[in-house]
Amino acid sequence: MSEPHIETPQELDDANAKPVDRPAQTGAAKPSPDKKGDVLLEMENVTLRFGGVVALNDVSFALRKGEIFGLIGPNGAGKTTCFNAMTGVYRPTSGAIRFKGESIVGKKKHEITRGGIARTFQNVRLFPEMTALENVMVGADAHHKTSVLSALFRLPRFWKEEHEGRDKSLELLRFVGIEHRAGEVSRNLSYGEQRRLEIARALATDPTLLCLDEPAAGFNPAEKAELLELIRKIRDTGVTVLLIEHDMRLVMGVTDRIVVLEFGKKIAEGTPAEVRDDPKVIAAYLGVPTDAA
Amino acid sequence: MDFSGLIQDFGPLTITGLAQGAIIALFALGYTLVYGVLRLINFAHSEVFLLGSYACLVVWGFFGLDQNSATPSVIAVIGFLLLGLVAAIVVSGLTALGVELVAYRPLRRRNAPPLAFLITAIGASLFISETVGVITQRNIKAVPPLIRPADVFVIGNMHVTNLQILIIVLALVMMFVLDRFINRSRLGRGIRAVAQNPDSAALMGVNKSRVIALVFLLGGLMAGIAAVMYDLKIGVTRFDAGFLLGIEAFTAAVLGGIGNLRGALLGGLLLGVLQNYAAGLFGTQWLHAASFVLLVLILLVRPTGLLGESLGRARA
Amino acid sequence: MSESVAATSAKKSWRGNGGVRGWYGRQSLVVRVVLGIVFAVLAVLLPYVGDVPVIGPQIITVGIDWPSALFNMSYYVLLALGLNVVVGFAGLLDLGYVGFFAVGAYTVALFTSPDSVLHTEWKWVAAIPVALAVTMVSGLILGWPTLRLRGDYLAIVTLGFAEIIRIFATSSETLRGDRGFSDLPHPPGDYSDGKAIFGVADATPYYWLGLAVIIVVIFAVRNLDRSRVGRSWLAIREDEEAAEIMGVRTIKYKLWAFAIGAFIGGLGGVMFAGQQGFMNSQTFQLQFSILVLAGVVMGGSGNIFGAILGGALISYIPDRLRGIEDPIWHTDLFGFRFAIFGAVIIAIMIFRPQGLIPSRRRAMELKDREKEVAPQ
Repeated sequence: MSEPHIETPQELDDANAKPVDRPAQTGAAKPSPDKKGDVLLEMENVTLRFGGVVALNDVSFALRKGEIFGLIGPNGAGKTTCFNAMTGVYRPTSGAIRFKGESIVGKKKHEITRGGIARTFQNVRLFPEMTALENVMVGADAHHKTSVLSALFRLPRFWKEEHEGRDKSLELLRFVGIEHRAGEVSRNLSYGEQRRLEIARALATDPTLLCLDEPAAGFNPAEKAELLELIRKIRDTGVTVLLIEHDMRLVMGVTDRIVVLEFGKKIAEGTPAEVRDDPKVIAAYLGVPTDAA
Repeated sequence: MDFSGLIQDFGPLTITGLAQGAIIALFALGYTLVYGVLRLINFAHSEVFLLGSYACLVVWGFFGLDQNSATPSVIAVIGFLLLGLVAAIVVSGLTALGVELVAYRPLRRRNAPPLAFLITAIGASLFISETVGVITQRNIKAVPPLIRPADVFVIGNMHVTNLQILIIVLALVMMFVLDRFINRSRLGRGIRAVAQNPDSAALMGVNKSRVIALVFLLGGLMAGIAAVMYDLKIGVTRFDAGFLLGIEAFTAAVLGGIGNLRGALLGGLLLGVLQNYAAGLFGTQWLHAASFVLLVLILLVRPTGLLGESLGRARA
Repeated sequence: MSESVAATSAKKSWRGNGGVRGWYGRQSLVVRVVLGIVFAVLAVLLPYVGDVPVIGPQIITVGIDWPSALFNMSYYVLLALGLNVVVGFAGLLDLGYVGFFAVGAYTVALFTSPDSVLHTEWKWVAAIPVALAVTMVSGLILGWPTLRLRGDYLAIVTLGFAEIIRIFATSSETLRGDRGFSDLPHPPGDYSDGKAIFGVADATPYYWLGLAVIIVVIFAVRNLDRSRVGRSWLAIREDEEAAEIMGVRTIKYKLWAFAIGAFIGGLGGVMFAGQQGFMNSQTFQLQFSILVLAGVVMGGSGNIFGAILGGALISYIPDRLRGIEDPIWHTDLFGFRFAIFGAVIIAIMIFRPQGLIPSRRRAMELKDREKEVAPQ
């Protein structure tokens, strides 16, 4: 399995961060362009019930490699549930979820992560008392093989992976623009920094697919613009991005394709332009406070 | 394993188990009530029971009763029983309240993590039982023979005694009263409200602290009654009596579904009976081990217990 | 993270205030090594502290000879270090920890004592690997089914585990109940004059042996804490689900915490068996588990030095009280030890929940929660 590593493009958006030379990264590879467009993740007739409540009703769509995919819908439409089904938190009542052609239903959460799906949370869920760097290193550890014995006796593998993990994590912190906060305990970071840290932590697991759950929630327009930039940068490194978002403008601006959910059902799918003009979508969003239009 | 023994003694084991289970059930109510409202295992509840079991002995000792006394007349026995019950109820109730005020309330005010409560509870339990241990020099204290067990009726080899009937009936009555209280009275409504949603209950004008205190008090009362019954049935008590029976009571609460009042009754009776069957099967020294094994099995197979976790009827 | 990593300018700031190891961890390598050696030398010299004028006699114990008290401290410290891995690092409340101590000691007894049904009568040293393997496996056996349980249920189940072991020890013919095992062999070694180093009269060599084991365990635990393993434990403690979604195999690391804790507890049991020469089912009261927990919490859960201090205190204070009569009941104050520690646990949880030497992280976690208190 060869996940593309994250490369650091250009300078950082963050004014606080000093531009840094980017060290050559081991194993870094641009995504092979011929693979772009292949189906990466497929939801097939996924239904999820909690008791009597149908959270997802026969939802089908497919994500293609290399795209930025939007999942939108009003509150309670089942977006986060959809995420949770993909990352193994919930198990679908019926239907299939395939990632790289392989079913991931019933797999353990950590297996799915190692398989290449990473996510962030709607309400930031960092490890609050770890430093920013350590948070990212937990993500990087996902692919490490250091055992208890090699940690105990400080065997060569421990040093190798610890160094690699730290270098990679620093790199990622730089990539999301908070390298200068590496030594800070994560709960002391600002809200925006915490959101970025969560993305860095997710990227550290070397995902093929990165799922962002309302990453712009609570951001001001300037921060949103920076975030858009970051999302594009992530896509440019070859990671497919699935974006759950409330803010229609943000979604329209960055995504290649969009699926719209309402009451657990898919009501539309297409390019941003197609979806925007879909009467069902307009109806679903009526009455929703509109920075949406 | 002694299957023929188990079958032969099935009747006696059952009735002994039921009486034992009735005591366990009353004891278990305290765990269930507190857990239902606070999601907290009140580890110190065993000591609430312990002090109750000593309180009635102290009062009886006041009247010159000890293990060598003759059984008094019927009227005197009733009088002593009531007196002992009152003493145990008061002491157990106050202990429960005291534990809440000293050990838990300060933590709640600081929004301490759940494990902190458990650790304080352990501290409180250790403190009380060991203080009793020091005062009594860790000796066994014998109970005056207020009720001499006598057969009321006999079915086959099953001898049902007056004491067993008293214990089982008293437990059922107390359960009924408590169930009524929680489900029908105004205070009981407050308890159910806090159990279901503490924050909105507070918004609706329910005084959360008072409800919590009430819950501890109720648990204490029931433990007091259980303690007197325990004294009469076993005939002795000791500084660690609460601890051992406490774990069984907790098991019973979990078995029935912790937080569920009727579950505590069911769990208590079931546990009492199963324990005695296990003792019949493997020998009496394994009686206590049986309840631990059972606890582990329940938690693994059905952690919500037989009747599910809920206080009151609103949440199924 | 480690000191031998190629130095970079940012390095110090990563360690920054984020260390489980607090103040000590922020000192330079030289300071830490020197301090460590000073502490170790002082610890080695402890048996002679009674000879120090004025303060010495105040420190040493009256009711029990001082080297024995020191040896008691050493295995309590071991227990506290082990429990700290389980409770402090991984955040799993284990109330039956003494069970592992018992498993370790009993395994040694079974293989070495002439009273044993096995009749192997091995040497003490030969029984060590077996005993440690058995304790570790017992940790796994207990952990495998129970680690999926909620925290408070886990606490009760572990309590049940220790109690089952005690009942088993009391009731089973193989473990001999109250009669116990006698003539357990001592550790090997002779002085040049042919007298055994590890005899019955003087406990000092046992204490030094304990100290050596403790130092090894400190390094082992520290190495684990500062590695992928320690990070995983911390992540599990802070947000188990998020940890799993980030690829941490939570069950595996919880099991490891249990097994490592059990191993260290078993080590304590092995040492104990090697010194005592006799043990029976009365040796392992359930209260000991709680006592050790009190030590860890008192010292500062999650902090290695806190655990050491706590473990030493729960042994030292009662031993210091031994032989002193209380004015009311005229019993030995030693009998009060559990009651006192019960009160101490409550007081600490209320007034200083982070412990005497807090892990910086724990302190912040608690402060954080305090701020979140909803106005009532």
